[in-house]
Amino acid sequence: MSQEKIIEVKNLSKKFGSFTAVDNISFDVYKGEIFGFLGANGAGKTTAMKMLIGISRPTSGEVTVAGYDVKTAAEMVKKSIGYMSQRFSMYDDLTIKENITFFGGIYGLSRNKIKEKTAQLVSELGLEDAVDKLVGDLPLGWKQKLSFSVALLHEPKIVFLDEPTGGVDPITRRQFWEMIYAEAHKGTTIFVTTHYMDEAEYCDRVSIMVEGHIEALDTPKNLKQQFNVESMNDVFLKLARNVE
Amino acid sequence: MKRFIGFVTKEFYHIFRDKRSMFILFGMPIAQIMLFGFAITNEINNVNIAILDKSKDTKTQKIINKISASKYFYIEQEISSEYQIESIFKKGKVKAVLVFENHFVKNLQTQKQAKVQVITDATDPNIANTITNYVNAILQNHTQEINNTNQPAYQIQTQTQLYYNPELKSVFTFVPGVMTVILMLVSAMMTSISITREKELGTMEVLLVSPLNPLQVILGKVFPYIFLSIINATVIVVLGVFVFGMPIEGSILLLAFESILFIITALSLGILISTLSNSQQTAMMISLMGLMLPVIILSGFIFPLSSMPLPLQVISNIIPAKWFIIIIKAIMLKGASIEIIWKETLILIGMTLFFIVLSIKKYKIRLE
Amino acid sequence: MSIQVQNISKSYKDNFAIAAVSFDVKEGEIFGLIGPDGAGKTTLFRILTTLLLANEGTATVAGFDVVADYKSIRRSIGYMPGKFSLYQDLTVAENLSFFATIFGTTLEENYDVIKEIYVQIEPFKDRRAGALSGGMKQKLALCCALIHKPKVLFLDEPTTGVDPVSRKEFWDMLKRLQQRGITILVSTPYMDEAALCDRIALIQKGAVLKIDTPENIISKYDKTIYDVRTKNTHQLIQDLKEYPSQYSVYAFGEYIHYCDKTDDFNSIELENYLKQRNHTEIEIRVSKTSIEDIFMDLTTLNQ
Repeated sequence: MSQEKIIEVKNLSKKFGSFTAVDNISFDVYKGEIFGFLGANGAGKTTAMKMLIGISRPTSGEVTVAGYDVKTAAEMVKKSIGYMSQRFSMYDDLTIKENITFFGGIYGLSRNKIKEKTAQLVSELGLEDAVDKLVGDLPLGWKQKLSFSVALLHEPKIVFLDEPTGGVDPITRRQFWEMIYAEAHKGTTIFVTTHYMDEAEYCDRVSIMVEGHIEALDTPKNLKQQFNVESMNDVFLKLARNVE
Repeated sequence: MKRFIGFVTKEFYHIFRDKRSMFILFGMPIAQIMLFGFAITNEINNVNIAILDKSKDTKTQKIINKISASKYFYIEQEISSEYQIESIFKKGKVKAVLVFENHFVKNLQTQKQAKVQVITDATDPNIANTITNYVNAILQNHTQEINNTNQPAYQIQTQTQLYYNPELKSVFTFVPGVMTVILMLVSAMMTSISITREKELGTMEVLLVSPLNPLQVILGKVFPYIFLSIINATVIVVLGVFVFGMPIEGSILLLAFESILFIITALSLGILISTLSNSQQTAMMISLMGLMLPVIILSGFIFPLSSMPLPLQVISNIIPAKWFIIIIKAIMLKGASIEIIWKETLILIGMTLFFIVLSIKKYKIRLE
Repeated sequence: MSIQVQNISKSYKDNFAIAAVSFDVKEGEIFGLIGPDGAGKTTLFRILTTLLLANEGTATVAGFDVVADYKSIRRSIGYMPGKFSLYQDLTVAENLSFFATIFGTTLEENYDVIKEIYVQIEPFKDRRAGALSGGMKQKLALCCALIHKPKVLFLDEPTTGVDPVSRKEFWDMLKRLQQRGITILVSTPYMDEAALCDRIALIQKGAVLKIDTPENIISKYDKTIYDVRTKNTHQLIQDLKEYPSQYSVYAFGEYIHYCDKTDDFNSIELENYLKQRNHTEIEIRVSKTSIEDIFMDLTTLNQ
């Protein structure tokens, strides 16, 4: 992990009318880091993430992603990031190949590049026999892994994963995390939200949001030491309880 | 009963809190009636025409004055040669050109007949047709006057007389049509959507697992729409009568009875649709394609059934809206009583029973 | 017995959703169905709540047959389906009173059952359900399912997508409901929640892998699992997978859970192997086996 900042957030806020969803948060994410972005339901995680990926305008504050200001260069930001959410992964009624071609196309990859990427991706996932199968017919775990690979198709500098492993069986979840490790190893920055507290332990650094604020940000190890508890789950419970 | 009231209350909350439902329920009927009543009409008013008067005598001048005095036509310009006709049509300035032949008066006196040519822009055939009819009517009217003064003149005249809607007011055909469409929309589409919404949300699962029996669920869902449909029908009739001067020749009670019957027909169709679809989208598609289109096209609302090819005329018989339109037209315009429309009423009752039985059979007490 | 399931099978077209599942739930027990999405949990719930008919097998709930006596079952159970099934456009209070009415009761009549949970959402009683946070929706849905004092409570993934704090609170509430004598059948994809149930059934792809108390499942498990940690986690996973006698390697929190094929596993040997591969800060110790470890082992064996 380097000390090169790839995401810089300064005094970021978002208000909806009189309600402040995100209240003056600041943090940095370094290149090649696996950054866990945790928080209770309604703590403002999703709102903050939407601002980082350039689909929601901050009320105030500054965000630079991959060197671009999200306010003035949202299009450049979108080109440098990959995004995968639990809800929208892929088109169920298209085959694996068609999905890859489509997503490659919207990121402006050339036809040859798409071909090359398809072959590479399919062999990495061991899906050679399934390229012409509809994505809808794949097991959930495969879909998840496939959409992670598709989010990486245009070789983004940062990948945002919004609860990527919800409901997936434990083995596939591990395989998924192994893919994340491998990708981070190549220098891609991973920004991930999750409800599985054991997954928080896999992250290099973790931030925990409570009611619009970032209440804690450190390595899992330091956080556990700081709160004098055994697991991240306990850190989380302690933090949320302190606020109440 | 307490359960039923609780259910209906909840249903009203849904309706009153959803802006879209409120619009469809109360905005649409008024908007549609106004639209059809004022904007979309078969009548013509102040249509621009041109005159080519080759004769330029007293007779032609008289006829021209008569035409220009009518509220139907406005004489845009007078042209001097046939060559101009095409160009003014192309400019789109006028819809028709009236050509009076040479020696109009002389021909009339010597040969007892003279010719007026009506050239119309038939890109819109309906309007062209209407213009021709109107011009004919004015000319005929004029010849009649001549004949009265200059006897003896033998000329065969066609005489048309229009019953029930002597002024050919299109609003008289549109009010029943719009009423049918709106009742169909509110009753069938809105109920099917509101039932499938519960399926989508997962609340249907909870309702099914509750001690409510299916009939109670269905009645609870349907009741508010019966109520709202009746209000809608009333609004439309009131607008028709007071804004457009539509008559109600027959019994208001009979009209109300037939309307409620049709509302129930539409509701049972709505329930049937909701048993066939699992999402609001499908329910909407089925309602629009399966109900609204036939109602608009095959019910005789806009296109006369008699001019349709036979297969379509046969198909139109299975469309409840057709029978309802016949019934309300008969009541409102002809003052028909139940002795005259009992057949149509029976058909409607039969259809309703059929749909209700079918949807009860299709309705599942379980999820699949 | 509060719930009896015997050889229940259900298939859609040619796919088995559940295959010959059997288990019993005792009165007043919290019984957990633990398994990932697609394990058949929801199908099973729907069969037991009389919403679906099984292709084969029989089941009873509160003494009633799920097919013949479905009406009696519907009167005596509370059901909370997967997505909190509330009317988003009704307020908290309206939702509650609606569900109370359709069950032929009132909020006042059974207030004592839901009191503890309801006081937490009462401050928001005039807020629309759609505007509530996940944790509060979950509490409201639970209140709605409890309003008629059911004998058996069916909760289908009540904690999915809910944050750890709300999850913990929710389980505390279930424990208190249990004390009132309510039998609870609950499903969850979160393996760590297994320990909170009296007995659990681990299910995967429509088949039951194991049924027992969480403690028994763990104590009867014969393999030893080790926690392994070094500075470079990514590399560690790769290297452990290449270790000749490895049985399984799974990331587990800050450690890697390692299981060996042989009975005479020697941690010194593994440490030396890792040193050879340039690992530093090596730590190896016997791990506390969790339900998740066993679940993963059973699913691998089952394939």
